[in-house]
Amino acid sequence: MFPAFLFYIFSATIILSALMVIFSKDPINSVLFLIFSFVNAAGIFLLAGAEFLALILVIVYVGAVAVLFLFVIMMLDFNIENIKKETKKFLPLGLFIGAILFLEISLMIYTPEIFSNEFRIIGRSYISNLSNTEILGNLIYTDYFLQFQLAGFILLVAMIGAIVLTLRHRDYVRRQNISNQINRESKASIELVDIKLNDRVNNDN
Amino acid sequence: MIIELGHYLILSSMLFTIGVIGVFLNRKNVIIILMSLELILLSISINLVAFSAFLNDSVGQIFSLFILTVAAGEAAIGLAILVVYFRNAGNIEVDKINKMSG
Repeated sequence: MFPAFLFYIFSATIILSALMVIFSKDPINSVLFLIFSFVNAAGIFLLAGAEFLALILVIVYVGAVAVLFLFVIMMLDFNIENIKKETKKFLPLGLFIGAILFLEISLMIYTPEIFSNEFRIIGRSYISNLSNTEILGNLIYTDYFLQFQLAGFILLVAMIGAIVLTLRHRDYVRRQNISNQINRESKASIELVDIKLNDRVNNDN
Repeated sequence: MIIELGHYLILSSMLFTIGVIGVFLNRKNVIIILMSLELILLSISINLVAFSAFLNDSVGQIFSLFILTVAAGEAAIGLAILVVYFRNAGNIEVDKINKMSG
């Protein structure tokens, strides 16, 4: 009873905040509703028994991706007024395509063959007294080790790509030139001059 | 009142549809399109976790972890491209992004 109640609360909040993500005018509000939606999705994951994934979702999305979105929105000062105007123009098209898509998915969900017993044979059972994290670790570091490393490689490529894309060398910024500094010698930079009395220093060279 | 697999599937299909509508609706703002893509990926993750829980097979959760990885990389690359584009063009309206020759 109580988990069902929690499920309905979480899912209603997810749907409402997802609607607010796409309908709100200010992108900052969109990001905050996206964070709220992901936190509630973590609750849904907890109810489904995937504790590790729920906490990873909070850490990765709320801690990293949403903050990235916030940084980008605050860095780019784009014109909100210009963006506001034409959202209503595409509302009928969007609702039409959304309705068709939802109808298709609903028809697919309510096909009884999906839930037949033959479908259950595919799943390998991992019933044990291990916790969720231990089960996932046993799978990731044995059967899915190649995929795990490829995921790490994807993250590496994404990181290098993002750095290379956004790095820029500005000419007017003074930078250190280490080799020039090290190769500098006293003969080239210091000159001793004998100054006569009542004469000025000749500084032409 | 028992939560079955169908509840999770309806939730994830509604979320997926909202994401697709968001892609069509916000034709001006690329950032909200990226957020809609995140919503779509979240709905797929919910789907995989629900099947993993009800079929008693933890492999679905591992796949969901990989989806999380790809979503994080996609957000980083997409936002980097957006920053570079804004630096060059001065706006991020989708209708005006039709020049490929940089």
